[in-house]
Amino acid sequence: MTSTTPSTPAKAIPAAEGSNHEQEHEHPDLRLFGLVTFLVADGMTFAGFFAAYLTFRAVNPLPEGSTYELELILPTINTVLLLVSSFTFHRAGKECRANRLPAARHWLLVTGALGVAFLAGQMVEYFSLPFGLTDNLFASTFYALTGFHGLHVTLGAICIAIVALQTRPGGVITAENHFGLEAAELYWHFVDGIWVVLYGILYLL
Amino acid sequence: MTVATPRDLEPQLQQPLQPKGWLRYFSFSVDHKVIGLQYLVCGFFFYLVGGLLAGAIRTELATPLSDFMPRDTYNEVLTLHGTVMIFLWIVPVVNGAFGNYLIPFYVGARDMAFPRLNAVAFWMIPPAGFLLISSYFLAGAAAQSGWTAYPPLSLTTPAAGQVVWILSVLLLGGSSIFGAVNFIATVLKMRRPGLKMMQLPMYCWAMLGTSLLVVLSTPVLAGVLILLSFDIIAHTGFFNPTLGGNVVVYQHLFWFYSHPAVYIMVLPAFGLVSEILPVHARKPLFGYTTMVYSIMGIVFLGLIVWAHHMFTSGTPPWMRLFFTIATSFIAVPTGIKFFNWLATLWGGKIALNSAMLFSCGFILNFVFGGITGITLAQVPFDIHVHDTYYVVGHFHYIVYGGTVFVIFASLYHWYPKFTGRLLNEDLGRLHFLLTFIGFNLCFLPQHWLGLNGMPRRVAEYDPTFTTLNQVSSVGALLMAISTLPLLVNVVVTAFQGKRAGDNPWNALTAEWLTSSPPPVENWKGEAPLVTEPYGYGRAQEPKAPTLEAAR
Amino acid sequence: MRMARAVKIRAAITTALATASLGLTGFLVGTRVNLLPVDASTNAPTYDSLFKVLFSIGTMLFLGISIVLIYSLVRFRRNEGELADGPPLEGNLPLEIVWTAIPAVVILFVGIYSYDIYDRMGGMTPLDHGALHHQHAMDTPSHTMEAKSMEMPSERVWGGIGPAIDTGVASTSSASGAVLPVEVTAMQFAFIFHYPEADITSGELHVPLGQPVELRMKALDVIHAFWVPQFRLKQDVIPGQPTVLSFTATRPGTYPAICAELCGPYHGGMRTSVVVHEVDDYQTWLQQNRPAPSST
Ligand code: HEA
Ligand code: HEA
Ligand code: CUA
Ligand SMILES: [Cu+2]
Repeated sequence: MTSTTPSTPAKAIPAAEGSNHEQEHEHPDLRLFGLVTFLVADGMTFAGFFAAYLTFRAVNPLPEGSTYELELILPTINTVLLLVSSFTFHRAGKECRANRLPAARHWLLVTGALGVAFLAGQMVEYFSLPFGLTDNLFASTFYALTGFHGLHVTLGAICIAIVALQTRPGGVITAENHFGLEAAELYWHFVDGIWVVLYGILYLL
Repeated sequence: MTVATPRDLEPQLQQPLQPKGWLRYFSFSVDHKVIGLQYLVCGFFFYLVGGLLAGAIRTELATPLSDFMPRDTYNEVLTLHGTVMIFLWIVPVVNGAFGNYLIPFYVGARDMAFPRLNAVAFWMIPPAGFLLISSYFLAGAAAQSGWTAYPPLSLTTPAAGQVVWILSVLLLGGSSIFGAVNFIATVLKMRRPGLKMMQLPMYCWAMLGTSLLVVLSTPVLAGVLILLSFDIIAHTGFFNPTLGGNVVVYQHLFWFYSHPAVYIMVLPAFGLVSEILPVHARKPLFGYTTMVYSIMGIVFLGLIVWAHHMFTSGTPPWMRLFFTIATSFIAVPTGIKFFNWLATLWGGKIALNSAMLFSCGFILNFVFGGITGITLAQVPFDIHVHDTYYVVGHFHYIVYGGTVFVIFASLYHWYPKFTGRLLNEDLGRLHFLLTFIGFNLCFLPQHWLGLNGMPRRVAEYDPTFTTLNQVSSVGALLMAISTLPLLVNVVVTAFQGKRAGDNPWNALTAEWLTSSPPPVENWKGEAPLVTEPYGYGRAQEPKAPTLEAAR
Repeated sequence: MRMARAVKIRAAITTALATASLGLTGFLVGTRVNLLPVDASTNAPTYDSLFKVLFSIGTMLFLGISIVLIYSLVRFRRNEGELADGPPLEGNLPLEIVWTAIPAVVILFVGIYSYDIYDRMGGMTPLDHGALHHQHAMDTPSHTMEAKSMEMPSERVWGGIGPAIDTGVASTSSASGAVLPVEVTAMQFAFIFHYPEADITSGELHVPLGQPVELRMKALDVIHAFWVPQFRLKQDVIPGQPTVLSFTATRPGTYPAICAELCGPYHGGMRTSVVVHEVDDYQTWLQQNRPAPSST
C-alpha cells in the first residue's frame, strides 16, 4: 500500500573532490559555445531568406523583359577572395596559438584587406547592375540577400580590425588568451559559408 | 580552500556600485534571481495592460454594434492585445522569469552562463514594450493588422504604427534569442560535476527544448519582418501582389516562427507543472524518461506543422494533408505528458492548495484546448471554423487556461522562495475560483459562436449572437475582478505575510535547499548535488511539511 | 487469495463498465448535441458527420480525463496533519506504451477519416485539370496541366476547393448538371458577383438549388475570405492568386456570406447574402436581372 516513509531533502553532498573544485571556482568559458548557438540562429535568418527567394523564384514569374541572369565575373572573383580570406584567417589563428603574434597580425590584416576588397567588389557590382532595389521581385530579393550578407561582412571586418589591434604588443590577445581572435575567426568562416550558399543559389542556379 | 578567481569575485566587486534593497530591481543587475524577478514584475505589468485592452475588446463586443470605439481603434486594440499578451507577458514570464530564477539552482550553478547578456536581454523588453504602446500616441496610430500582420493589409494600414510594431517585435525577438542562447549554454554546460542530464528537474528539459525552438524559429520571424519593413518603407514588392510579390510566402515564414512560438509559450509551463505536482502530491514524477522524450518529440513536431494556420490560403492539397497528419501527431507526445501527470497524482497525498488548484485547472483547460486544437488540425474541419471565434476559444483555452494558470500556480508555489513569506491560502483559493469560473464563462461560449458564424477580429456582429457575447463579456469582467485578490495577496503578503521558513513544502529540488530568499551566491557553501529531484516516499528520516502547507 | 482475486475482478468489471458508459456518453453527446447551423450544401452533411465523430471522441477523452483528475483529487487528498509521502512509483512501461498507443491509434483513425471527408468535399480535386476549364477538359481530355498553363499562364488557379465527388444528393437534384460559373471580386469592403453567362452583376449571390456552382474568385486589394457557415465552406481570396470554390446548394433560403479575413476597419461589415432559389425562382431572378439588350 502507500509508503509511510516520508522524504528527506536529497543528499546535499558537499563537493570535496578536485573536479568539483574546478567547477566551483572557475566559471567555464562558454563564450565560444554561446557564439555557436547564436550563429545557428543567425543561419536560420539566412535560411528564411533563401527559402523566400527560392519560393518566389518557383512560383512568381518576373515581368516581361527581366531576367534572373547575372554577370558572373565579379561575384566569382569575390567568392574567391572570401574563400582565400578564410584560409588566411585560419593561418592567423595558427600563428597566434604558436605565439607568433606579429605574424598573426600580418595574416589578420591580409584577411581584413580581402574582406574590404570583397565589399568594394560588391559596391562596384551594385552600381553596375541594370536594376534597382524596387524594380522587381528578383531585384529586391537580390539586394536584400546580398545586402544582409554584406552587413555581416562589414561587421566581420570591424571585428578583424579590433582583433588586429589587440594582437599588438601589450594588447589583450596572447597565445593563451585569444578568445576574441577565435570568435572572430568562427564568425568569419560562418559568413564565408553563407556566401558560398548564396552564390550558389543566386548566381549559379 | 576557496581560491576565488576574478570572475567569481565580480558580484562582490560590483556591489558598491549596485544599489541595495529594492532598488536593485531597477538596476542593471547581473544576478539571475534579480533578473528573474525583473522579468516577472515587468511581465505582470504588461499583463495588466493586455488585460485592460481585452476589457476594451469585450466591452465593444457586449453589443452587436460598433459603438464603444471607432472601428480602426478596435483593430489597434486587438493587435496590441495579442502582441502584448504573447511577446510581453507569456513569453518573458514562463521563459525569462522562471527560467532565470530556477535554472541555475537546478543545474547547481551560481549564475547563468552569460550574466551580462542576460541583463541585456531583460533590459531590451521594457523599451520595446513602451515603444509598442506609445506608438498609439506618438505615431498617431498603432498597428492595425492583427498580431499576424498579414500583408498586403499591413502595407496599407498607417505605416508609422506598423513600423514601430515591427521594431518592437524585433527587439523582443532579439531578447528572446539572447535568453535562449543563455539557457542552452547553462543547461548543457554549467551543470555541477556529478549531475547527469537525466537527473535534471523536468523544467530544465522543457527550457532546453523551448530554447532550441527559439534559436531555430525566432530568427526567421526577424527575417520576414525585415522584409516586411522594406515593403513598407522602401516600397519593395516582396509581399505586394501589385508589384509581383507573393503574400503566402509571408504567411509561411511568419508561421514557421509563430507555430513553434505556441510551444515556446507552453513547454515551459509543462515544465513548471512537472515541478509543482510531485511536491504537492508527495510522489515522484511519473515516467521521467518518457516525459523527456515527449518534450523532444514536441520540439521536433512543432517545427514541421506551421501550415495548419494556412489551410484556406490556397496551399496545395498534398501540403494540407501533410500538415494535418503532422499536427495531429502532436497529440501523442502531449498526451504522454498529461497521462503521466495524472499518474503522478494517482495514489499521492495531495494537498489541495492554490498551487495545486491552479495546476489541476491547467490540466482540465489544456486538455480541452488541446482537443479543440486537434479538431482544428483536420483540414475539412478547419475550413469552416478558420478565422472564427472557435479559434479564439481554442487558443485562449491554451494560453490562458494553460499557461496563465500555470504562471499563477507557480506564483503560489515559488513566492515563499522569492520572499520568504507564504501567500494567503484563502485569498488564493478565491482567486482560483473566480478565475476558473470567469475564464470558462468567457471562452467556452466562443466555440459555439465560431461554429455558428461569428468571424474573429470584428467590432460588429450579427445580433443573433448578442446573448453569448454578453455571457463572454461577463466572464471577462469576472477575470478582471479575480486579479484583485491576487494583487492584494501579493502586496500584503510581501509586508506582513506568514513567514515560510526555507522550505515550506519540504520539496527536494535544489532551490529549496538554501535560505528563502536565497543569498546572492545561491548557497552559502557548495552547491548540493541533487540526483533525485523527485525522490518522494523513499528516504529514511521523517521530515514533515509544515502544517500550513499540508492543508 | 480469494479475496484479492475478487477485488481484482471487481476492479476489472468497474473499469469495463466505466469505459463503456464513458464511450456511450461521448457517443450520445457527439451525435445528439447539435452545435452547428443548418446544413445547406452537399458539403454540409459530410462535414457534419466528421464533426459528430470528432465531438464524440473529444467528449470521451475530456470527460475521461476530468473524471480521473477529480477522482484523484478527492480520493487521494492529504488528511489534515498527515505527514507521509505517497508511494515512490517512478513509472510503468506497459502503461506508458498503452497511453502512447491509444492516442496514436485514435489520431490515425481521425486523420484517415478526415482525409476521406476532405476528398469527398472536393478538396483533393486537382483544380488546374478540370475545375476552371470544364469545357476544355471535356473537349480534349489529354490536356495536361503543363500544356494548359502554357496556353494561358494568367489563368493559373492557386488553390481552393474543387467540385465535390458526387454524393448522390447532387446527381439527383441537379437537373441540368452543368456547372454555373460565377466570378467573385472581393474588395474593401464588399463582394461583387458577376454571372458571365447571363452578364449579370450583383451584390448578392443568387444560386439555384442543386446545381453545382463554381466561384472564380479574385481580390483587388488585400486578402479577404469568402465564408458561408451554412455551406461549411470558406476560402481565402488572395490578391494576385485566382482561386476557385465549388459547391452545390441543397436547401432554399437566405444565408450570410461573410468576409472572414481581417481586411481593414470595416472588415466586420463586409457581409452579404447568399440566396438559394428553387430552380424556377432562379430563372425568374435571372430574367428580372438580365441587363436590357443594349440598343445598337
Ligand atoms: C500555447 C499556445 C498553443 C498551443 C500549445 C496550441 C496547441 C495546439 N494547437 Fe493551437 N493555436 C494557438 C495557440 C496554441 N495552440 C494560437 C495562438 C492560435 C491562433 C493564432 C492566430 O491565428 O492568431 C492557434 C491556432 C491553431 C490552429 C489554426 C486554426 C485556424 O486559424 O484555423 C490549429 C490548426 O491545426 C491549431 C492546432 C493546435 C494543436 C493540434 C495543438 C496541439 O499541440 C494540442 C495537443 C494537446 C492535446 C491533444 C491534449 C492532450 C492530449 C491527450 C489528452 C491525448 C489524447 C488526445 C487525443 C487522442 C486527441 N491551433
Ligand atoms: C497570449 C495570451 C493572451 C491572454 C492571456 C489573453 C487574455 C484575454 N483575451 Fe485575448 N488574444 C490573444 C492572446 C491572449 N489573450 C491573442 C494572440 C489574440 C489574437 C489577436 C489578433 O487577432 O491579432 C487575442 C484576441 C482576443 C479576442 C478576439 C478579438 C477579435 O478577434 O476581435 C478576445 C475577445 O474576446 C480576447 C479576449 C481576452 C480576454 C477577455 C482575456 C482575459 O483573459 C484577460 C484577463 C485579464 C484582465 C482583465 C486584466 C486584469 C485586470 C485589470 C487590468 C483591471 C482592469 C480591467 C477591466 C476594467 C476589464 N482576446
Ligand atoms: Cu474583407 Cu474582411
Ligand atoms: Cu499552430
